[in-house]
This record gives sequence, structure tokens and C-alpha cells, in this order.
Amino acid sequence: MVKVNGDYFNIAGKTLAEYLDTTSYDCKRIAVEHNGEIVPKIQYSQTVLHDDDSIEIVSFVGGG
Amino acid sequence: MQTNDKLVIGGHEFNSRFILGSGKYSMDLIEAAVKDAGAEIITLAVRRANTKEHESILDYIPKNVTLLPNTSGARTAEEAVRIARLARELGCGDFVKIEIMRDTKYLLPDNQETIKATEILAKEGFVVMPYMYPDLNTARDLVNAGAASVMPLASPIGSNKGLATREFIQILIDEIDLPIIVDAGIGRPSQACEAMEMGAAAVMANTALATAGDLPMMAAAFRQAIEAGRKAYLSGLGRVLSRGASASDPLTGFLRD
Repeated sequence: MVKVNGDYFNIAGKTLAEYLDTTSYDCKRIAVEHNGEIVPKIQYSQTVLHDDDSIEIVSFVGGG
Repeated sequence: MQTNDKLVIGGHEFNSRFILGSGKYSMDLIEAAVKDAGAEIITLAVRRANTKEHESILDYIPKNVTLLPNTSGARTAEEAVRIARLARELGCGDFVKIEIMRDTKYLLPDNQETIKATEILAKEGFVVMPYMYPDLNTARDLVNAGAASVMPLASPIGSNKGLATREFIQILIDEIDLPIIVDAGIGRPSQACEAMEMGAAAVMANTALATAGDLPMMAAAFRQAIEAGRKAYLSGLGRVLSRGASASDPLTGFLRD
């Protein structure tokens, strides 16, 4: 299982790009961390997800 | 107003001295708020993305506005650095407002951790704008760490209580050779005006607008107050008598005797 923003998904073996394609995240408006390292957009298709990996997907929201 | 009176932060020039927050109000109001505030810088936060909302706040912010992501949610320098790097990866520039809090009741910033994060991020090329508790020693350390401005709090975040730290902000204005931007706690245009009269380089406000009856109108009121305060500062305030009075009218030619 891969942890994405705190929830677990059965997506080990997929690339980050393949996983994101199954979601409705707006890829132009997110940044992704894979096991604590930022993944540049250009590397989404080469980043393979493994069991116990941790992914954080963030975007901008209103704030002060 | 002098036409060459620019706010310069990290080599970037701005005409407006009103930094606008975007928290706690509808995205629909952002465009009007930016316009009526005349703002050229708007703050944002970074949070976990969700797949349910398909609108991005970025769609509501006019393109010529500089984005100032904050590191809210960070409790340590390390967490702030992580959030700042993610913000930069979001692709909207190098500005970052460092905000590090351990205290959840008063939301007071951790000055020591803020200095550490400033040093790391300035070395990585960020334009670092640290939010801090107004303390001269900390401010000097922030200068040495590479900060582009210093953002002392007026009173606790979201309190609308005004310039509770007035005397200490004045010390920073007098002693620190960076823009001093009064952040947090400014609740009324008159307080923003006072901060500008004192010589603050800019004022940041969010809750004062978000909790106002008419947000765009309050944004316009803040704009005018900040411009008035700046003009007063540039013109040089008149002196205050320690005692007595000084007539404004001629002391000759009275209709008597």
C-alpha cells in the first residue's frame, strides 16, 4: 500500500504519472513529494511507487 | 506622493504598500479585494490538495500580482523549509513568508526557528520574508541570515487588536535597514495608517478584511489609510509640545484696547 496525503491506496507498481491519471488532481496546480523528496513534474512518469512509500500532494489555498 | 517611492523587497519593486491576505473569505471576492486594495502582493498557504474541489485560488488572482506563499502549519525550521520548497515547486516564484509557530493558543511565532529557516531558504535563493515577534536582536539575526524584509506582529494573528507592540516595532523601524512590514493583528485602517506614519514600509492585513461587513470597501479603506500614513511619514510629522499651547493665529492685531 502507498500512503497518499495520509490515506492508503493499492497503487504499488504504478508510476506517479499513472496514479495521477486515475485521480482528478489538476497536475498544473500541484506539487508532489515522494518519500520526503520533491518530484519535478518532468519525472512523474519515471517515478515508480512501491509498498510503504509516502506521497504528499499539495496546492495553494487562501491564507494570511 | 513621490513617484519614485517604491517598496523594494529582494530587488523587486512595488508601488503598493498593502500586502493582502487571502484567507477566510470566498475566492469570488479575491479579484475585487485585490483591485480595491490596489495590492501587488497576496499571501497564500500550502495545504494537502484535494480531489473534490476543482477550482484553484490561482484562477482568481490577477496575473500581475506577486504571490507570497506562507509556511503556516510549520512548527519547526525544518517543516518551514519543506513547505517553502513545495511552494516554489508549485511554480509561482521565489517569495516566501516564513511563519513558524509552536504555540497554538496565541499563534506567536518562534523567533529562533524562524532565524534558522531564513538562513537555509535565503541560501537557496528564496526572497525570504520572516514573520516574527518584534525583537531587535532577532531582527538583526534575520538581517544576517539573508532576510529580504522583516515582518513583526502588531498583535496576535486574527485578533484585530492593533499595534500592541508599537514601541518595539518602532525600534525595528529605526534600527533595521530592511523593509519593516507590520503583519498580524492590524484590525482597522487607522491602525494601518499609524504603522505607516511610524515609518513601516508596508502593512499586511487579512482578518481585518475577512471579518469586515463589506470586504472590498474595507480593502479600499485600508488602501487609503496606508497611502495617507505613507504620505504623512514622507512629509515628516509635526512636532508635539510637551506642555502648553502654541497659537495657530497671529498674536497681534487683536480687536481690543
